[in-house]
Amino acid sequence: MTEPLLQMHAIVKQFPGVRALDGVDLDVVPAEVHCLLGQNGAGKSTLIKVLAGVHQPDEGSITWQGEEVRLANPIAAMRLGIATIYQELDLVDGLTVTENIYLGHEMSTLGLTRRGDAQHAAEALLVRLGHPEISPRREVGQLSAAGKQIVSMARALSHDVKLIVMDEPSAVLDQNEVHRLFRVIRDLTEQGVAVVYISHRLEEIREIGDRVTVLKDGRTVATGLPAKETPTAEVIRLMTGRSIEYVFPPRRAEIAADGAVLEVRNLTRPGEFHDIGFDVRPGEVYGLVGLVGSGRSEILETVYGARKAATGTVSIRGKRLRAGSVGAAVSAGIGMAPEERKSQALLLNESIINNLTVASLAKFSRGSFVQRGDELTAATEQVEALDIRPHDPTREVRTLSGGNQQKVVLGRWLIKGCTLLLLDEPTRGVDVGARSEIYALVRQLADDGVAVLLVSSEVPEVLGLADRVLVLREGRAVYEGPAEDIDEHQVLDLVMEGSAA
Amino acid sequence: MSEQATPPPAVTPPPDEHQRVEAAAEETAKRESSFARMMNSSVGRNLGLVIALVVLIIIGVATAGDRFASVDNMLTILRLASVIGVVSIGMTFVIIGGGIDLSVGAIVALASVWATTLATQTMAENSTWLVMVLVALAVGTGCGVVNGTLIAYGRLAPFIATLAMLAAARGLAEIISDRKTQIVDVREFVEFFGGSFLGIPRLVWIFALVSAIGWVLLNRTTFGRRTISVGGNAVAARLAGINVKRHTLYLYMLVGFACGIAAIMIIARTTTGSSTHGLLYELDAIAAVVIGGTLLTGGRGTIVGTVFGVLIFTTLTNVFTLNNLDTSSQAVAKGVIIVLAVLLQQRVAGRNGST
Repeated sequence: MTEPLLQMHAIVKQFPGVRALDGVDLDVVPAEVHCLLGQNGAGKSTLIKVLAGVHQPDEGSITWQGEEVRLANPIAAMRLGIATIYQELDLVDGLTVTENIYLGHEMSTLGLTRRGDAQHAAEALLVRLGHPEISPRREVGQLSAAGKQIVSMARALSHDVKLIVMDEPSAVLDQNEVHRLFRVIRDLTEQGVAVVYISHRLEEIREIGDRVTVLKDGRTVATGLPAKETPTAEVIRLMTGRSIEYVFPPRRAEIAADGAVLEVRNLTRPGEFHDIGFDVRPGEVYGLVGLVGSGRSEILETVYGARKAATGTVSIRGKRLRAGSVGAAVSAGIGMAPEERKSQALLLNESIINNLTVASLAKFSRGSFVQRGDELTAATEQVEALDIRPHDPTREVRTLSGGNQQKVVLGRWLIKGCTLLLLDEPTRGVDVGARSEIYALVRQLADDGVAVLLVSSEVPEVLGLADRVLVLREGRAVYEGPAEDIDEHQVLDLVMEGSAA
Repeated sequence: MSEQATPPPAVTPPPDEHQRVEAAAEETAKRESSFARMMNSSVGRNLGLVIALVVLIIIGVATAGDRFASVDNMLTILRLASVIGVVSIGMTFVIIGGGIDLSVGAIVALASVWATTLATQTMAENSTWLVMVLVALAVGTGCGVVNGTLIAYGRLAPFIATLAMLAAARGLAEIISDRKTQIVDVREFVEFFGGSFLGIPRLVWIFALVSAIGWVLLNRTTFGRRTISVGGNAVAARLAGINVKRHTLYLYMLVGFACGIAAIMIIARTTTGSSTHGLLYELDAIAAVVIGGTLLTGGRGTIVGTVFGVLIFTTLTNVFTLNNLDTSSQAVAKGVIIVLAVLLQQRVAGRNGST
């Protein structure tokens, strides 16, 4: 093979409390489309930010055309010829196509922009990208998502670019636009430009990709796989499988067959999930499994009232919940540990105490005065029971590691005393070592009689932790049964139905 | 299946991985502990403000001598501080809750006018001066209900909704008063609020009382805790079962109520109701809150800091007046102080991590 354009070796990036990248390798050769695969939280975004010069790695080396380089800032990366097209396109809506393309490096003489020259050059770039229909004089705000993407690419090409990183470019495009995008990508590679392409959609990767690198838990689990020949099941196994053996706590022998805490019937939200029904019993961990887009998190949020069901019902202990009301769900005894812990669950600048009691303030107050002594006692108990480290309930939550932050969220609902706990990706961003603790905690909660509804993108996690599972495919239930009766391969066959070997 | 597709060997983390990460987190926490923790304690966080006030007082004594350092002058400063002080306490809650209220000055004007119309005063003469108090409080709270409803349920940006109220409330005050200053004839009202208790003007007592209640409300009640949660992370607050919209409405009602109290105080101090009362109060209140250490982004702030902020600005005004310096140079000094205070605040916040 040709001389590699880019080699990233053993890249480590540490954020307070979590290792986002923990030894990532990636090498890209000129004129290839290199696909980067991984679940949310696998480290893709951090990796491309390192590549774009936004983050500096703590360890590891980056070699560009045979020379070791340091990407101190985005300009340094740009100068080398690395352009990144982010998911949220960084264009200025109020400026024209030309002005956006040359933003920051305007063609000018003595401070006056040479508008004519710039327009001709922009036109040439758009033609090179196969989109002569986009007028360089149009305002960018009037373009479709696809059009904006082309403008972003034109901007990249306006520099002397050798590598374009595209972060899930197809997420905002329809089928036709995706095909046109692929044509553009092929043209670019024919001109010698390399592309790092990030997507969740495996079929796209088959169509456009040359080689594949798979990330998981901040590590490279496979690199340089041939994009066209590697079996789908193999790729998914790499993405969702466990990279380490976890210890799951033993299940309870018998769960009463009747007396469901949660009853979901015919729950539907068009475009997200359809006609979902299941029961969760006290002391049971019930898992929802599916790929991204299968509706698993949406179902959870609908049960919690954060989304409103179009049809169908959610009942707690036989009592129907008002649809679309978080307040009703909370007072019925539902607790939620959301996927985005930092932005949706925690008050980062507040103490562990305040985070633990925020959902049950009424319990710690008399005549709306907070009883701080009671609060401290309860918080201290939880900190010790859950082994939240450091054992200091006045510590600000921001300073804790991901695992301990998750324990704070769980502790919040323990203090509240909920009958049903919803867990969305409970070990996302949790260090591998702390995961077993979270698993043990969830199981202990169930043993204490709480019903748990679990969603995770990691199939082994659901199979290992749940008593029963519901397998989802494109918003529909395709299997329900005891977790012990099904293995990872069967689940993967189910979620990919049709492509099952 | 091609060769590359064989599963890679299971990556096993070093056994001490967990401890290492914990240690790193511990280390991060420790590094900020000594200085930043002190700065975060209520004494430490207000230390800079105490120093600023002391410096101002020293300057006052040095330049104006006994004219500054007299009991009378101290009471003058406190009396001046009390009206804007009450507004600033209300503003502190709204800002901690993640909002802003630009309409406070206009609400004060409207409440002062409404409480001193001929009709209201006649009613007060016929029954009790408390009628004027109730009218001012009702008008202030009512404006707060409108602001809060537009922001919480109409999803208007707080800046926009209260900017609209700023224009509308003052306009309404002008219509009601016909742009005339309304003299207060209800003697009992003026005598009560203009009087003193234990040698200290009642207006100052009101400010002290409002500050104390504000402190308890913020630090010791569920309302205060919810305010901090809503301002710190509205999504998390909602998912924890807090009714964020209703709470937001309450916050704007609270600041409106504070404006009603301020209106009563300004009526008593000037013995008039006027559509020109409370001009630029919004800026003075926001400035006091901000130099008091409350984050404009919400989620963090103190009542004590706001009280200091108010006292600093009022003392500054007093020192400048005693030295016969014009209001223009006062404004320049105010500007400088705001910038210095916020720069200092950012340093402390920056030390506390950037999340």
